[in-house]
Amino acid sequence: MNIFVLVKRTFDTEEKIVVTGGAIQEDGAEFIINPYDEYAIEEAIQVRDAQGGEVTVVTLGGEDAEKQLRTALAMGADKAVLINTEDDLDELDQFSAAYILAEYLKDKEADLILGGNVAIDGGSGQVGPRVAELLGINYVTTITKLEIDGKTVKIVRDVEGDSEVLEAELPLLVTAQQGLNEPRYPSLPGIMKAKKKPLEELELDDLDIDEDDVKAKTTTVEIYLPAQKVAGRVLEGDLSDQVKELVSLLHSEAKVV
Amino acid sequence: MNFDLTSEQQMIRKTMKEFADEVVAPGAIERDRTKAFPKEIFKQLADMGMMGLPFEEEYGGAGADTTSFAIVTEELSRACASTGITYSAHISLGGAPLHLFGTKEQKEKYLTPICTGESFGAFGLTEPNAGSDAGGTETQAKEDGQDFVINGSKVYITNASYAKHLALTAITDIKDGKKEISAIIVPTDAEGFTVLDRYEKMGLNASNTTELILENVRVPQENLLGKKGNGFRQFLVTLDGGRIGIAAMAVGIAQAAFERALSYSKERKQFGQTLSSFQVTQFKLADMAMKIELARNMVYKASWLKDEGKPFTKEAAMAKLYASEIAMEIADQAIQIHGGYGYMKEYEVERYMRDAKLLEIGEGTSEVQRMVIARQIGC
Repeated sequence: MNIFVLVKRTFDTEEKIVVTGGAIQEDGAEFIINPYDEYAIEEAIQVRDAQGGEVTVVTLGGEDAEKQLRTALAMGADKAVLINTEDDLDELDQFSAAYILAEYLKDKEADLILGGNVAIDGGSGQVGPRVAELLGINYVTTITKLEIDGKTVKIVRDVEGDSEVLEAELPLLVTAQQGLNEPRYPSLPGIMKAKKKPLEELELDDLDIDEDDVKAKTTTVEIYLPAQKVAGRVLEGDLSDQVKELVSLLHSEAKVV
Repeated sequence: MNFDLTSEQQMIRKTMKEFADEVVAPGAIERDRTKAFPKEIFKQLADMGMMGLPFEEEYGGAGADTTSFAIVTEELSRACASTGITYSAHISLGGAPLHLFGTKEQKEKYLTPICTGESFGAFGLTEPNAGSDAGGTETQAKEDGQDFVINGSKVYITNASYAKHLALTAITDIKDGKKEISAIIVPTDAEGFTVLDRYEKMGLNASNTTELILENVRVPQENLLGKKGNGFRQFLVTLDGGRIGIAAMAVGIAQAAFERALSYSKERKQFGQTLSSFQVTQFKLADMAMKIELARNMVYKASWLKDEGKPFTKEAAMAKLYASEIAMEIADQAIQIHGGYGYMKEYEVERYMRDAKLLEIGEGTSEVQRMVIARQIGC
């Protein structure tokens, strides 16, 4: 089984995040594998261990992303690919990421491609489905269970807190939801061997991609931290007065109506 | 000069930090109360390949360096010092003498189960009248045909209830009125070997501390570890490495106490201000951070010297002495910052102080560390 996992390096939202000048300060921020991608890596390793084959983890980004790839290798992935866009592109959006990944994957004869359901930074959940669309293969998002029997894949997916059971055929792209598995800690021998596993670095040129073809189609207008939570207010008095007050507050204070 | 951790060391730190926070920390208060040995945690550590960290791969180890060992010990101790000391003793007292002085056969037979986690590592040196003063050793091993017959007792032995075998020191001869001390590997299930787990301790309650009683315990002479008569010298070498473990534990406890104190002082308000806005608290926290940084640097330096094959006796003693004393101080100050809450078990800082105290005593008291340093600087 030829398995690929799409991995993103993100900042750790459990650590302190500082925004200055419309950008997240990278100094002092902690970077991690996007937690949903960790489920994807774990699932890929389990599928490989059961079915045989090879797990390749792929990421887009700069040199710094090597750390996250090495962690995936330490967990048990076999190979890693870093598509380094640092020099070619200032900005990537879901469109550019999906295009580049699909160009990389199109001749790889992948049986199974896994990714996280969303990245905890951008949170669009678009890259996985877009890649599948470009490759012309099936995809199922937010899965919580995966069973492979020959070419047939039985899947349980999370649908707004409920479960949907469905069947699909390989080749297939799935995105992982929390609950799919419990990602393992990298083992010490895994960590010691991670450096010796192959990590290939590619640039857009290597994939015959022209910078103009992957120009971001969206622009980021502003980045800001969520407003500090303040204590709620309980309205008092007659019900009709409360409704009036609520409407006027929604209008004048919250400015939503 | 280079102060960066290697990429492996960084990954080990990150993995162990997560493991300590997610797996080790949650039950620490409860284990302190019930004195339950953290068996499940060690099963997971064994699955992660951590139990044979610095030993050769051919015996099931991972071939990692001493700095990595210090990192793992620090992170475990930050969450639960009982888990930390169990790990530290397992590696640096249980595994290390076999690794350093064992024959190939002995390593295959005794080091491998330590690396896989099938057996915990333990080490029998201290006796009711002997610790750093080896001359007080009374346990005797008499040659009898092909065997040694061992009689005596050991005290304060970590991990022995969970060890399948351990190395211990015994008098094998008396030459010109001087005791000849050798190290011998003894299976804990040998006839006449009793392990008693009945101490009531001040802290480190979830770690296993035992008395060993040996009554006519018979082991083949091939169980001699290293050279006959070299037992004490071998143990001095072993203890040098062990001190790095104790020092790393101390850094972990100090770090935990500091983190608690820092976060509490940012939340707790008195006289309309958080404690952290009072200069008196800021100075305490600044001192804590500084001392931890210094202690950790010393631990890393001693580890680095050891890995480079350079002498590290003095540095290991300095690291152990300094780190254990600042751990005690910082735990004390962390309680002070917490006020009455700090005296309550729920806030954990009181446990740090009880646990830290052992570090000024075990593997050579602070006074013995000063003796070692004094000897090293030419006194």
